Amino acid sequence: MQDKLQASYKQLEMKSKYTNMFLRWFLYFALILFALYFIFPLYVMVVTSLKTMEEIRQGTLLTWPSGLNFDSWAVAWGGRGYGAGDTFLRPYFWNSFKMVIPAVFFSTFIGAMTGYVLTKWRFKGDQWVFLFLLFGCFIPFQAILLPMARTLGVLGISNSIIGLVLVHTVYGIPFTTLFFRNYYISVPTELVKAARIDGAGFFKIFFKILLPISAPIIVVTVIWQFTQIWNDFLFGSTFSFGKAAPIQVALNNMVLSSTSVKEYNVDMASAIIAGIPTLIVYVLAGKYFIRGLTSGAVKG
Amino acid sequence: MLKWLEKNLPKIVMAPAVGLIGWFVYGFVLWTLYISFTNSKILPKYELWGVGQYVKLWGSRKWLIAVDNLLIFTALFLIFCVVIGIILAIFLDQKIRAEGVLRTIYLYPMALSFIVTGTAWKWILNPTLGIQKMFIDWGFENFTFDWLVNREMAIYTVVIAGVWQSAGFVMALFLAGLRSVEDEIVKAAKIDGANLFTVYWKILLPMMRPVFFTSFVILVHISIKSYDLIVALTQGGPGISTTMPALYMTQTAFHKSQVGLSAASAIMMFMAVAAVIIPYLYSELRRENAR
Repeated sequence: MQDKLQASYKQLEMKSKYTNMFLRWFLYFALILFALYFIFPLYVMVVTSLKTMEEIRQGTLLTWPSGLNFDSWAVAWGGRGYGAGDTFLRPYFWNSFKMVIPAVFFSTFIGAMTGYVLTKWRFKGDQWVFLFLLFGCFIPFQAILLPMARTLGVLGISNSIIGLVLVHTVYGIPFTTLFFRNYYISVPTELVKAARIDGAGFFKIFFKILLPISAPIIVVTVIWQFTQIWNDFLFGSTFSFGKAAPIQVALNNMVLSSTSVKEYNVDMASAIIAGIPTLIVYVLAGKYFIRGLTSGAVKG
Repeated sequence: MLKWLEKNLPKIVMAPAVGLIGWFVYGFVLWTLYISFTNSKILPKYELWGVGQYVKLWGSRKWLIAVDNLLIFTALFLIFCVVIGIILAIFLDQKIRAEGVLRTIYLYPMALSFIVTGTAWKWILNPTLGIQKMFIDWGFENFTFDWLVNREMAIYTVVIAGVWQSAGFVMALFLAGLRSVEDEIVKAAKIDGANLFTVYWKILLPMMRPVFFTSFVILVHISIKSYDLIVALTQGGPGISTTMPALYMTQTAFHKSQVGLSAASAIMMFMAVAAVIIPYLYSELRRENAR
């Protein structure tokens, strides 16, 4: 029976191999067409950033630049060198790093601890605590914007990087908890039980048993948090302005500033600069990035 | 004392997370809810004023435009993301060469911020030097594409950019879903004479119901919260034609200093999200308990 099935399946495959030749070509054609659609804006951004304004006016979006001209990149990154009204991205780029690194660290650490307790030191009603935290993933931040602005004011950290670190740490906790909880739930509890019988305490079990096997989920969480916080605009634009602004806010200000003639090449260079760190992470660790995306959405 | 500490250590470790979320999420939402029932202008006032802000909100033309835009955007964003996402997932599932490269290309927009996406599309869609000029230079002399500056059409440019950003995400969800189906099911159906189309349409896609559900929830959630993309692409314009609730909320609070009204709009957004999320969380939890 099994052989017969196997054989008829083989036969079917052979047949489809020839009749579906056309279909295969169509398939690749469609996939490449879609790929071009997704690539198109990135291509336009890169070539535009390498053109002079003169070239931009004369050619089209797709025209190849006449040479590798990084002038607009230099302007986007370091400015033109005169005083007032000269906005450029360099200081804000570093602002974003100063904000992202502590916020990612704290939120990941808290999430790991919470996920550990929720799965390995279960207590009555822990499911409800999890749900209580999980709901935080979904609230529209508009509902907390006004009290947050006041709280930061009262604490004296509005319009500061410390304030943004606090905000991003707090609103990252629901996600980091979700990630670690779903990861630790598949770690056999017997391991923990055995260690407890051997007299190991709460922290020892965490650092000796769970932490060493947590590398994949730490990578997923760090990438997720890094991308989220780096790309944030709502909090950045609401709670900071001027010198403390993160990069996305600075990019938006730069593009919207209508002081002189629109310089699309500088705009595009700025947009690429603001996008490069997350793109690098995506290219280097795409597998973990996707895992974060899908498990940030679908649980388990 | 030490015994108590040891016994309750896990709960003590949990406390910061629960406390922070309790205060910064639930406490703050309640504060916003309370303020929405007051007549707060620049500064919050605490005497209750009834539902006046909600009456004002739903009588405001700008808010109605925002809600209208949200409905249009959500519907189109959902349809296009899901259709493109499913097509890509199914096509990629056919043992494609260079699948990894293609997948990377389809998904990279998710790594970019909406501000970057908006900036790029704003340049591409601008009528003077963008796509319109490209077609004219190619010889289509009467080609016009001025959606970005056209009151009636501007909201669709937001859809174009939004779909470009998020369609790959739906693809990733469906691809993961399709890959988790046992090979045997597909083989059996093929032996029974089903062609590939039937296999997907009649067997695999119906099995993807949870993935549809998840995509729906996530995409609706993204669209209710969409703010950055509007700011970068249209700033709500031309005029107020592409205002969305999230933009309305921040503008009312921080430019118009109508804190009470802005809180009311935030609460409406909160309720819209809750209406989608609570059934989702409930069903997820039930599924997990059944496991």
